[in-house]
Amino acid sequence: MSKRGLFFCLCAVFAVYSVYVWTAGTDTPNIQPPSEQAKAGLALFQEKNCIACHQLYGLGGHMGPDLTNVASAPDKGVDYLKTFIANGTDKMPNFKFSEAEIDALAQFLVFLDRTGTYPPAHPEISWFGAVAYSGANNGK
Amino acid sequence: MANDTGLRFMLLGLLALAASLFFGVLSAFKFLYPEFLEALPFHKLRPLHVSLAVSWIFLTAIGGVYYYLPNLLGLALFSIRAARWHFWIFLVTGLAILGAYLLGQFGGREYWEFPPVLALPIFLSWILFAVNYFNTVIQRRSAWPVYFWMWGTGIVFFLLTFAESYLWLFPYFRENMARELAVQWKSYGSLVGSWNMLVYGTAIFVMEKISGNEAMAHSKMAFGLFFLGLFNLMFGWAHHTYPVPFAEWVRNFAYFVSMTELFILGKIIWDWRGSLSDYQKHRFRRPYRFLFAADIWVFINLVLALIISVPAFNLFTHGTHVIVAHTMGTTIGINTMILLGSIYFVLEQRDTDSALQTVSGMADHGYWLANGSLLIFFLALLVAGLIKGTYSGGSFGDMMASIEPFLLIFAVAGIGLMMGLWMVLLPALRRIYSLVFSVTARNPMRVENGQKTNL
Repeated sequence: MSKRGLFFCLCAVFAVYSVYVWTAGTDTPNIQPPSEQAKAGLALFQEKNCIACHQLYGLGGHMGPDLTNVASAPDKGVDYLKTFIANGTDKMPNFKFSEAEIDALAQFLVFLDRTGTYPPAHPEISWFGAVAYSGANNGK
Repeated sequence: MANDTGLRFMLLGLLALAASLFFGVLSAFKFLYPEFLEALPFHKLRPLHVSLAVSWIFLTAIGGVYYYLPNLLGLALFSIRAARWHFWIFLVTGLAILGAYLLGQFGGREYWEFPPVLALPIFLSWILFAVNYFNTVIQRRSAWPVYFWMWGTGIVFFLLTFAESYLWLFPYFRENMARELAVQWKSYGSLVGSWNMLVYGTAIFVMEKISGNEAMAHSKMAFGLFFLGLFNLMFGWAHHTYPVPFAEWVRNFAYFVSMTELFILGKIIWDWRGSLSDYQKHRFRRPYRFLFAADIWVFINLVLALIISVPAFNLFTHGTHVIVAHTMGTTIGINTMILLGSIYFVLEQRDTDSALQTVSGMADHGYWLANGSLLIFFLALLVAGLIKGTYSGGSFGDMMASIEPFLLIFAVAGIGLMMGLWMVLLPALRRIYSLVFSVTARNPMRVENGQKTNL
């Protein structure tokens, strides 16, 4: 096969693969869509650049804790989240959020929490180094 | 119309690097001491550092393409005017992005932390670049060297993956967290692959010109490595997102794709002795030295990349400073060394020997200071990341306290790295500035078979 032929074949496979990842590969039918409040919280999370310091599923900054499951952590929860969002800490600025904004951010984190578990609860490691994340595709 | 656009891009790239290093050091100390510099909180400093670092890579790689095509490859640019527009759009948009950060206006995405509307002029400028590039290289009737393929692939896949990274604007993507994170990091993985195509294409071009061996850029091995790189660009992204809940096979396929890089690792080891013996031979000493440093950092980072791509190890390294070490190791150790090599190659092939004396001593000392500091910086991040990844104690605060000494070493090494790279880039900055703004300095030389001749 010519170089050009190989290049375009790879591009065609990449296109099919991308469409798969965008659709069936990332489908999560068991998870409820976000509420309007959670959507507003996500928008606020981005506007304030929270990802500079916090992580979602281990992706993002390192200054603050990962937020994936704080909403359901045994000694934390929604009120705990709201306290930090409202007041900040010695490392986190006080953004002076309104009550509605605090609720929206908390609802976004509740929605996020329902999408899965991080770090994975029961990873099964195979002999060749692959990991099966049991139940990971079904939310919590 | 005089064509100094390539040099202007390089000049802007060097300024972006200088500023990025400064904000990087501030960020490191802000990370440790949040009360320090209250006017600039970490969520503003980090994007300033990251966006300027990404700009340095793109600006300098693009500058190389604009410079090499007409000056060293004998291909007149299809449109100098379009190249100039590209430059000014980049500059004005860049300033708008920096302003947005300082004013606290964010888009809140990794890499692209600016408001999404500013992505439009960036996308437009790359379309101008693509049209200009392909209409220029099409003049070459004979078989294209591999770096033409790499530059072209880098441009096309930047456009594709940059657009993909904005799919979150559609609710279909944004409202499903698994899809949102997977597609975001799929696009970023390929986007990094696209800038690597531009940078590695530049490295091969410079190596070809230094060695005078044109066959290397047409060899089966060169094209084999190009297609392997392309395969990884397209499919090797998912090691960033192993814990995100999406289809299992996507994860396992990415694991397989990542392991194909073992071939590149083997090739580096195979070529090692040759690289060492060649090191002293070449008259283009500084660019060769930068490429040599990049070669060592490729080796180190490839070993680390292979380790963190094994899902079983990734369980302990994901979300830790090990990933930061890998990111810093590749952007500074590999990309920055190659791009500085490209800039010094431009300077050395243009300048007389006497003019070169002005960029010798300080740059040479800076080279060693930067690489030594980077090694300490890299190791400190690795240790901090491994402690975080295996930490089983109390709160997040306790864990952070346990890694603080290593983060302090990282921050202090960051000062050394900044000073070292400033020592390298300042002489180059001065020289390129004089080339761009001095009419008499516009007398490029051609390099063929390792020899310099006036054009």
